[in-house]
Parts: sequence; structure tokens; C-alpha cells
Amino acid sequence: MKVFFAFVKKEFWHVIRDKRSLIILIGLPIVMMLLFGFALTSEVKNSNIAILDFSKDQATKTLVERIDQSQYFTVNKYLDSENEMEGVFRKGQARLVLIFPQNFENDLSKDKKTQLRLVADASDPNTANITINYASAIIRDYQNELNENKKLPYTIEMETRMLYNPQLKSSYNFVPGVMTLIMMLLGAMMTSVSIVKEKEMGTMEILLVSPMKPIMVLVSKAVPYMVLCFLDIILILLMAVYILEMPIQGSLVLLLAESLLFIITTLSLGLLISVNVNSQQVAMFISLVALLMPSLIFSGFMFPIENMPLPLQVMSNLIPTKWYYSIVKAIMVKGLSFEFVLKQTLILAGMTVFFLTIAIKKFKINLEA
Amino acid sequence: MSSISIKNITKTYEKGKVLALDNISLEVKSGELFGLIGPDGAGKTTLFRILTTLLVADQGQATVAGLDVVKNLWDIRKIVGYMPGKFSLYQDLSIEENLNFFATVFNTSVEENFHLIEDIYVQIEPFKKRLAGKLSGGMKQKLALCCALIHQPKVLFLDEPTTGVDPVSRKEFWDMLDRLKTRAITILVSTPYMDQASRCDRIALIQKGKILDIDTLQNIISKNTQLLLAVKGEQRFRLLNDIRAYEDTLTCFAFGEENHVVLKSGREKVDFLSKYLAEKKHKGVEIKPIEPNIEDTFIKLMLESENTQ
Repeated sequence: MKVFFAFVKKEFWHVIRDKRSLIILIGLPIVMMLLFGFALTSEVKNSNIAILDFSKDQATKTLVERIDQSQYFTVNKYLDSENEMEGVFRKGQARLVLIFPQNFENDLSKDKKTQLRLVADASDPNTANITINYASAIIRDYQNELNENKKLPYTIEMETRMLYNPQLKSSYNFVPGVMTLIMMLLGAMMTSVSIVKEKEMGTMEILLVSPMKPIMVLVSKAVPYMVLCFLDIILILLMAVYILEMPIQGSLVLLLAESLLFIITTLSLGLLISVNVNSQQVAMFISLVALLMPSLIFSGFMFPIENMPLPLQVMSNLIPTKWYYSIVKAIMVKGLSFEFVLKQTLILAGMTVFFLTIAIKKFKINLEA
Repeated sequence: MSSISIKNITKTYEKGKVLALDNISLEVKSGELFGLIGPDGAGKTTLFRILTTLLVADQGQATVAGLDVVKNLWDIRKIVGYMPGKFSLYQDLSIEENLNFFATVFNTSVEENFHLIEDIYVQIEPFKKRLAGKLSGGMKQKLALCCALIHQPKVLFLDEPTTGVDPVSRKEFWDMLDRLKTRAITILVSTPYMDQASRCDRIALIQKGKILDIDTLQNIISKNTQLLLAVKGEQRFRLLNDIRAYEDTLTCFAFGEENHVVLKSGREKVDFLSKYLAEKKHKGVEIKPIEPNIEDTFIKLMLESENTQ
């Protein structure tokens, strides 16, 4: 036990004295949270819209005002002819052009029927869809107001509710994502690099010629990073709650416990990498390319897994981040209790045991290749 | 009693392609300061790693303090001290921290065995807060020795401890080893420097994975009956080539200013050599008989070993 503590103490010295790893450990979560929170948002806000109004009456004026006042759009330009549309899109001055035909209000009041046209820049399909939806919603609202107090022959009133995330904040999506990625990056990369460093520096040679058992070396190497990763989780959660105003719906204790499990999963992956390679560069390369890429793609954080081809969907089940991401979302966003994340927890635990067993089995007790 | 016993050890690398140790046998007595002397690539480090359980020999057996290096691996790791050729302590830890860490790893404390390292440690103690990576070569070696000694090992393995260390520190280092001998610690030390053989009780000369001879330095040299001549001249390099081209020359090697020459005819036809060199217009030529030293002997043994192959 004394040996263990001495080792852990030594490991903390390494981390504290290496400014670069310290910056990565503390800086990376902060930078990622701030980036995703304020800079890289997938929410569509203040999109530029151009108006081509052939009617220029009271109705079109009201509609344009409403659109301009909504948080989604800013009216950027008034066009005079359809020919100008192309130029506006090319220069990126607008994502959407709203075209009112002649006699818009007239047709509306007399014939009870009129048309308008929405033209979107679909070079970014997601944004195009979202802006079209927002604009349609505003127009629909206006239409409903006109129909108020009037009896329509057939109406289906729709009432939609956005559950768990009523304000459609992107932080509900990216905070769990950032937690997943940071743990994967720090847990696996830092641990693997730190063990391989002992090999590279030759200190492993002395440690091997000592009574210290291999499993002890592995565990005591991993513990400091476990503590540091756990502190990072707390840091991320604090930032999520107090800076991004994203409440934790479920049990905090459960969330932290699940996070700890995932940290152990990533640490054992890091150990697994480290026992198989001999240089810090290779360890870093493997953690970045072989772990981070699949984690990014298959966690469900950036790309919905349901939309992937079946083979990729099957493959995604092998990626630990997928399961942790769904656990965090379930607890943090939906406020679910343990029984709802039991399956994911068991899968993660199983993976951890699997990785650890191989890592310990493959740990060489000498320098034989 | 043998502290280290090596029987017919053979070790190859890369699936048998590279022969590192070729059927080596060796006994080191308890309490002995034994030197393994040979050039780089001779197999010294490989042998050290086999004895410290870091590598497994292809063939043969070895025991350290009576324990088999394969079967009693964990027992050996408790009782040996190992100082690898490359400085292998934590560069970002201070002298004090390194020492405390390795003491704890071996389940002991610095205080408990301080008497063992005291006279070495006092020399580096003024810098105990300094990071190991910032120490000079000599201080690094002293710290590494302290760390290898802190658990009072029965057998101490020092792999090229004086390589890259200045001559003064080198001498100090050997003085420290002399003092350790009085504590009944068996020491196996390797070095590529022939001149350090005199500090060992017995030495083994090793070359290309083969042991050339095992004995005390005196015996090894006295077994060498070569009749050597030291030949000096103004143009050293031309002189070497001309002597090598001379028909009566058996061997000729440059040693600093001099060329050490063995003639097929012994020392009787020295006059012919000087006449030959005069014909070649060498100036300031001096020829005098000398006693062979350890390097002459090593070269002789090496050539003999190559010829028998």
C-alpha cells in the first residue's frame, strides 16, 4: 500500500511538472466547452434573409416584420427582381429568399387564398431545412391569427412540445458529447503516453527489476489519471450548469458514478495501447486516430447513428463512447434513473473488464520482444 | 561459493538471426568485484539483462545468489540492484524524490539503509532538491548508484557505469565500489574501457558474444607471451601502413603515439625493421621492446578467437 501511494505521488509530480500535460488536462475541457458553448453552435440563429416583395402591401409588411423580429432571422436585403436572387446567394448575403407575388393581400382577403415562395441556399442542407422550417412556422402562425374566430371546415390543430429540451438548446447535445470526447482523449491518451514514457526513458527497466508486480505498476499509473479525469468531469459539469445554464435533471451521484466507470473504461483502453507499443508518438497516434475518430463518429454526438448503414450501426455498438454518451444524455437531459441505463452500464463494465484483462495479460514482465 | 553462476548461456535476437551471446559460462564468487570487459556490441548488456531477469536466454542456465533467473524471477528481483547503462531515473524528479521513490518500491526506506549510501550520498546531498535531469554525468551516476543500493542488494549489476563520466568522477566511482566490497556485496560491472580492468578482482574479456578469457588482470596479461615492440615515428599513419606492409610483421596496432608491433621472428631481427623503415625514409624512428598491456592482450585474444572460427 505504501508503495502504491509513493507511486501515485510520483505520478502526480510528473503531471504537475510537465506544463504541457497540465495545460491539456485543464485547458482542453475548458476550451472545448467554451468553443461548443459559444462559438461552434449548431443552433440556427440570425440567419440572413432577403425579401423580394412584388406586392408591398400591409400583409407582406407585417409578415416581414415578424420574420425580422424573430431570433432566427435578420432581414438583410430587399430585392427588386428575381435576377438578383442568384447574386445574393452567391455572395452569401442570405440563406433564404422570401418571395411575395403581386396582390398578396388582395388575393388573401378576396380569394382567401394566395401563395408565397421560399428559396433556400441548400449548399448546407441542414441549415436550409431548419431555416425553411422556422420561416414556415412564422408564416403559419400568421395564418392562424387570420383564421381566428372563423370556423374552418376541417382543422387539425397541432400542439407540439419539445420534451427534455424545450428551448432546443444545443448544449443539451454537446455537453454529453464533450464529456465523452474529453474522457476518451485524456483517459486513453494520457495514460498510454505516460506508461510508454517509462519504457522510452528506461525507467521501466528499473521498475521491472524490483519487487513491484506488473498489475501494481499498471494500477498505480492509472489512478492519478483517474483522479484528474474525474476532476475534469466535475469541471465540465460546473461549466455546463453555471455558464451554459444547462440543468442536471437526474441524480448527480449516479451521473458521477457512471462517469467514473467510463473513466476506468478509457484508462484500461489506454493501458491496452501502452502495453502494445514502445514509443510515445505511436501511443499518441493510436489514441488519436484509432480511438478519437471512431469515438467522434460513432458516439451519436455529431451524426445520428440511426441514419447510418446497418454495418456501421452494428460497428457503433463496439465503441464505448456510444454507450457513455447515451447514459449521460439519459441522466443529465432526461433525468432517468439507474434502471434505464442499466443495459449501457453493464456493456461498459463488460468492455472495461475485457480491456483490462487483455492489458494485464499482455503486460510484459521483462524486456523480451 | 558462487554468487553468480552462468552455464552455457546462448541468446539470439530477431528469431535467431543475430547471435548476441554464444555459449557463455562464467562464475562470480561471493563478495567479488568482477569486471566484464569488452567493446560496444560484445554482448555485455544482454548478459546483464539475462541475469537481472529482463531477458530469457535461448539456452543454458544461470543463477544469481543461488536463485534461477527464470524460475525464481520474483525472488531475484528483490535482492539485486541494477543500474542500466542508460541513465534510467526520473529526470523530472529531484535527487531526494528519486531516492525515496526507489526505496519505497523496494519496501524499505532511505533511513533504514542510509549507512550503505552515506559516503556516496553526501557528495550529491547539497543538490538534493535539484531535478535529476539537470545533474552532471558524474552526479547522475552517483545518484543511480544510490538508488541501486538503497535496498541493500546482495548482488549489484552495474552496466557501463563509467561511460560518459569524466576521469575524476570515474576514479571516485571505482573508489566507491572498493568500499562497497567491504560490505559483502557481489558486484558485476561492465565497461568498454580496458584501463579500468585493474580495479576489478577478476575480469572476463568478452567479444562478439564470446568470452575470450576469465582471470585476474595480472594472470591474463602474464599469459600473454608476445614479444612486443613499440615503434614511434614522425608520420604516424604512414608508419603504421608501412609496418603492416613489412613481410616480417605479424600484427601492428596504433596505440596513441606508438605502434605496437609483433614480428614473426620475435625480437631478434629488429635491425632489419629499422633498416626497412629507413629505406622508406621515416624520420625520428624509435624502436624499443615493451611488455604487453591489457589492450595488447585483448587484441591478441580477439584475433585468436576469430582465427579459430
